[in-house]
Amino acid sequence: MPTAFQRIYTKVEEITKATCTVRATDVGYDELATVNGQLAQVVKIMGDQVTLQVFAGTEGVPTDAEVVFLGKAPSLKVGEALAGRFFNAYGDPIDGGPQVEGREQEIGGPSVNPVRRKQPSELITTGIAGIDLNNTLVTGQKIPFFADPDQPFNQVMATVALRTAADRIVLGGIGLTNDDYLYFKSVFENAGALHRIVSFVNTTEDPTVERLLVPDMALTAAEYFAVEKNEKVLVLLTDMTLYADALSIVSNRMDQIPSKDSMPGSLYSDLAKLYEKAVQFEEGGSITIVAVTTLSGGDITHAIPDNTGYITEGQLFLRRDTDIGKVIVDPFRSLSRLKQLVIGKKTREDHPQVMNAAVRLYADAANARTKLENGFELTDYDERTLDFAKEYSDKLLAIDVNIDTDKMLDTAWQLFARHFSKAEVGIKQSLTDQYWPEKQ
Amino acid sequence: MTLTQQQTTGRVSGIISNLVLVDVDGPVGQNEIGFIQLGDTPLMAEVIKVMGDKAYVQVFESTRGLRPGMEVRFEGHMLESTLGPGILSRNYDGLMHDLNTMSGIFLKKGDYTSALDLEKSWAFEPLAQAGDEVTAGSWLGQVDENGIPHKIMVPFKLQGQYTVESVVEAGEHKVQDTIAVLKDERGTEHKVSMLQKFPVKQAVRAYREKPRPFQLLETGVRTIDTLNPMVEGGTGFIPGPFGSGKTVLQQAISKQAEADIVIVAACGERANEVVDLFVEFPELEDPWTGRKLMERTTIIANTSNMPVAAREASVYTAMSIAEYYRSMGLKVLLLADSTSRWAQALREMSNRMEELPGPDAFPMDLPAIISSFYARAGIVHLHNGETGSITFIGTVSPAGGNLKEPVTESTKKVARCFYALSQARADSKRYPAIDPIESYSKYLEYPELQRTLNEQIEEGWTEKVNELKNILLRGKEAAEQINILGDDGVSIDTHLIFWRSEVVDEIILQQNAFDAVDARTPMDRQQYMVNKVLEVVATPLSFESYEEINPYFKRVINAMKQMNYSEFESEAFKQNMQELEDTLAERKTEN
Repeated sequence: MPTAFQRIYTKVEEITKATCTVRATDVGYDELATVNGQLAQVVKIMGDQVTLQVFAGTEGVPTDAEVVFLGKAPSLKVGEALAGRFFNAYGDPIDGGPQVEGREQEIGGPSVNPVRRKQPSELITTGIAGIDLNNTLVTGQKIPFFADPDQPFNQVMATVALRTAADRIVLGGIGLTNDDYLYFKSVFENAGALHRIVSFVNTTEDPTVERLLVPDMALTAAEYFAVEKNEKVLVLLTDMTLYADALSIVSNRMDQIPSKDSMPGSLYSDLAKLYEKAVQFEEGGSITIVAVTTLSGGDITHAIPDNTGYITEGQLFLRRDTDIGKVIVDPFRSLSRLKQLVIGKKTREDHPQVMNAAVRLYADAANARTKLENGFELTDYDERTLDFAKEYSDKLLAIDVNIDTDKMLDTAWQLFARHFSKAEVGIKQSLTDQYWPEKQ
Repeated sequence: MTLTQQQTTGRVSGIISNLVLVDVDGPVGQNEIGFIQLGDTPLMAEVIKVMGDKAYVQVFESTRGLRPGMEVRFEGHMLESTLGPGILSRNYDGLMHDLNTMSGIFLKKGDYTSALDLEKSWAFEPLAQAGDEVTAGSWLGQVDENGIPHKIMVPFKLQGQYTVESVVEAGEHKVQDTIAVLKDERGTEHKVSMLQKFPVKQAVRAYREKPRPFQLLETGVRTIDTLNPMVEGGTGFIPGPFGSGKTVLQQAISKQAEADIVIVAACGERANEVVDLFVEFPELEDPWTGRKLMERTTIIANTSNMPVAAREASVYTAMSIAEYYRSMGLKVLLLADSTSRWAQALREMSNRMEELPGPDAFPMDLPAIISSFYARAGIVHLHNGETGSITFIGTVSPAGGNLKEPVTESTKKVARCFYALSQARADSKRYPAIDPIESYSKYLEYPELQRTLNEQIEEGWTEKVNELKNILLRGKEAAEQINILGDDGVSIDTHLIFWRSEVVDEIILQQNAFDAVDARTPMDRQQYMVNKVLEVVATPLSFESYEEINPYFKRVINAMKQMNYSEFESEAFKQNMQELEDTLAERKTEN
C-alpha cells in the first residue's frame, strides 16, 4: 500500500454538491481519496480529470482543497473482534471502543460463482405464523418487508432477528433515525445478544451519500463470518429505500439520464449486487438478508420496490387488520419464493396444502366482505368464511403469535373443521383422512 | 472472421464504471473483442462505439483498480461462441466460460476457462466421404454426446462451395484434432476439427428455408398445450409482475417440454434460481427419453450480480449454441429469463455513452434489437432435407407490472405467443397465473397447425379449444354480473354459467407444478380431461335456489381435482371419476 509517497493535489476544477473533479494522474478506478480531510471515491476518470464522490458532501470544499489518493478501494478490517461492536459507514467505531484489528478486506468484493452455491434448504423459524406458515424463510434467502413508514417494521425485524437461530446478526442501518438506532441497541442489549451482533449505522444525522457504504460494509462483515467461520449470518438492512435515494442523488450530480421515477438506469444491478450476497455455502455458512423497503402510499409499482421485488426471493407485507385490531402479515401480497424448498419436506407433509387452502378461504372471505360492503345479501358459505377469516387472522396471521409450525398446522385444521366441510376445504384426500380433527 | 489485418493495441484513457475509453493505434472494428491488461489479469471487453482514434469498450468485468495508460490488445474478431461436442450438461457464464472449472468460491477477474474439454476423446464416425460437395453446416461426421448424435459440421464461417478431400476413419479423436480436409474452389485446403467458433451476434444461416411452424410442442402445461399451444420453432413470451410465477412456469417448461436440447439463459436473474436447476436437473428424468434432464441441457448463467455487459452477451451466446444444435437437425428449446434484464443492460451502457434516450431511457433501437433476436428462432429445413428447430420463450419483467412499457411492447410485436401472467390470479393462488382471456397463441390460427392438431389429437380439437375459451369468457361476464347485481339479483342460469367456467378454470387451467402427478399432463390425458370437462359443462342440471349451486360445484370440482392428482386411469382416478358421476347424477335432468 503506497502510503509514504502519496501525491497531494490542490487544484480542484469542478465542485458539485456530491462530487468534485481534480487533475491527477496514475489514479485507479474505485480508489479512495481524501478531499479536505473528508473521504471520497473515484467515480469517473477522463484522461487526467478525475471525478470524486465526496461521501460527506462537498460543503465548504474550496478549489485549493488538499486531495490525497489512498491507493486502495474502500475496505473493512475483519476479524472476530467485530462482534458486539457498533460502527459508522466507514467502519470506524461509534461505541467509544477501540479500532478493530484484523485483515483489511475490500468491500463490494466479487460474486460467488453460482455453481459453488448450495441450494438453500435450512428452515428459519420465527414463531410468527404469518411468516413460518405462509411465507416460510430459508437460510441464504433475501427478502424485504414492503412497509409504509408508519408500520412497526423495525420492531418486527428485531423480533425475527432475536428468535431465529442465527450465529451472527449484522445490522446495516441506512438513514436510521437516532431513536430507532437506540431501539435496536437496547433490544439487542436486553436480550443479552450483543455478542452475536455487528452493527453499521448511518443515522439521519449523518451525510446522505455515506449511506452508500453501509450495505457493503455490513455484507463484507457477513461474508467474513459466513465464509471463514462457517456461521449462519442474518443481515438486517433498513431502510433500502434511503439507499436507493442516495444512489439517485449521486447519479443526478453526475448528469446521468434518469430512468423511471428519477432513479438511475442501473438501479436493478446496483440493488442486485447487494441482495445477491445472500447465499448458502457448501461448508454450512450462510448469509440471509432481511431488508426493509419503505413505500410511499403503499405504491409497489415505484421503481425502488419494483426492482427490489424482481431481485429478492419474495416480500413481506404488514397490514393492520381492523377486525382484530392487530398488525398481521398480509397473506395475499406476501410471498416467500424459497418456501417450496422446505415446506412439506422440513416441515409436516400437510404444510403446503393447508397453507394454500387457508389462503384460498381467506380470499373467499375477502370477496364476501366486498359483497357485504356493496349491500348484497350473504350466503351461508359467505358468513362462514367471514367467521373463519377473523379467527385465522387472530390465531395465525397476527405478528404477536409465537408458536411452532406443527401447532400452526393443527390450529389451521381446527379452524377448517369448525367452519367448513371437507369438500369446501378441498385438500388431497389422504391428508384430510389423517389430519381432519374429530368433532369437537 | 478477421475484422482487421494486424493486431491493434491501445491505452486506457477514461473510465466510467464498466465503460472504458481506449486511445487506439490502428484499426478497430465495431463489436471487436479486446483485452485490457490490469496487472497480470486480462479483462475482456467489447468495442461498442468508435470516435476518431478513441474506442469505447464495455468491460465484461469490474473495472476496480483500472488506471489510465493501461495496455489494451484487440483480437481482430467479435465475441464468439465455441462450438463442438461437450457443450451439453455444462454450466457457462454469459461469455461461455465453464463455471465448473473455475477455481475458488468467488468469481475471479480474468478467470477465462475453456468452453470445451480439450482433452476428452470422442468416438468419431464419418458421414461424408472424399469427393462430396459441401457447404457451411454440411455434416461431415458425428459423435455420441449424451445419447444425442452430435453432428460435426463444415464450419459456419466457411463461405462458398467446398470439396471433401479426406475424412478420418471412425475412431477416437479430441475436439481439436483435424477430422477432415476440405478444398475450396480455388484449390486451397482447409483443415476442419470438431471445434469451431462463430460470432454470437451473427445468425447462422446454414439452412435451405424457414417454413411456417406446423407442429405442436408439448409442454405438459395444460393451459399452454390445450388453450394456447406453443409450436416447434415458435416464439413466445411470458410477461408478468414479480411474484406471478414466471420462473416456476419457465422451469416447468424446461423440465417437461418435448425437445432434444434445452438451453436455459439465466440472464440477470436470481442466483438461487439457477442453483435450483444445478441441483434438480442432474436428478430429474427427461420424461421423453428417461435420461437425466441435465444430459440434454446447457445452462448459461449470468445472474444479476455478475457483470452487466456479460449479461447482454449471455442471450446471444445461448442463441448461438441453439443455432449450432438446430443445424444438426435437432429440436432445440431456448428459454431466456429475463429479456428485460438484457434490455436493462443495454440501457445502462447507452446511458453511460450519453446517447439520447428513447422511452423510459431505453436505447432508441431497442425494438429493432429485440425483433432481430426473436427472428433467429424458427423451424428450418436443412440443405440435406432434415429439419431442425429453435423454439424460443422469453420472460419479460415489466416495470411496475405495467404491460405498456417498452420491453413488453417491443416483444409483443414480434413474439407469436403471449402468456400474460395476471396479478389477480396469482393473488388468489390460481397457478399457473396465465390469464386465459388476455393470452393468445397466434399459431392456433395457422391452418398448418390446426391440421396437425386435428390429426394427432382428435378431429374437431380446435373447435373444442375455442369452446373452452368461450366458456371462460362467458363465465367472466357472469361473474361481473353477479358482482354488480348480487347473488339473488341474477338468474340461476347466470350462476351456472359462472360455475361451469370455474370447472374449466380449476380443472384445465390450474395445475400444481409441485405435485408429482399434476405437474405434467401428457397430451392424451389433456384430451381426456378436456372431453370430461366439456361433458360436465354440457350436463343439464336443475337447482331450486342459487344457494345450492356453490356447494354442489365445489364437490364436482373437488372430485375432478382429485382425478388430476391421481395417476391416470389408476384405481384412485377411477374412484374419483365414479364420485364425479354420482355427484352429476344427483342433479342431472333429462331434457
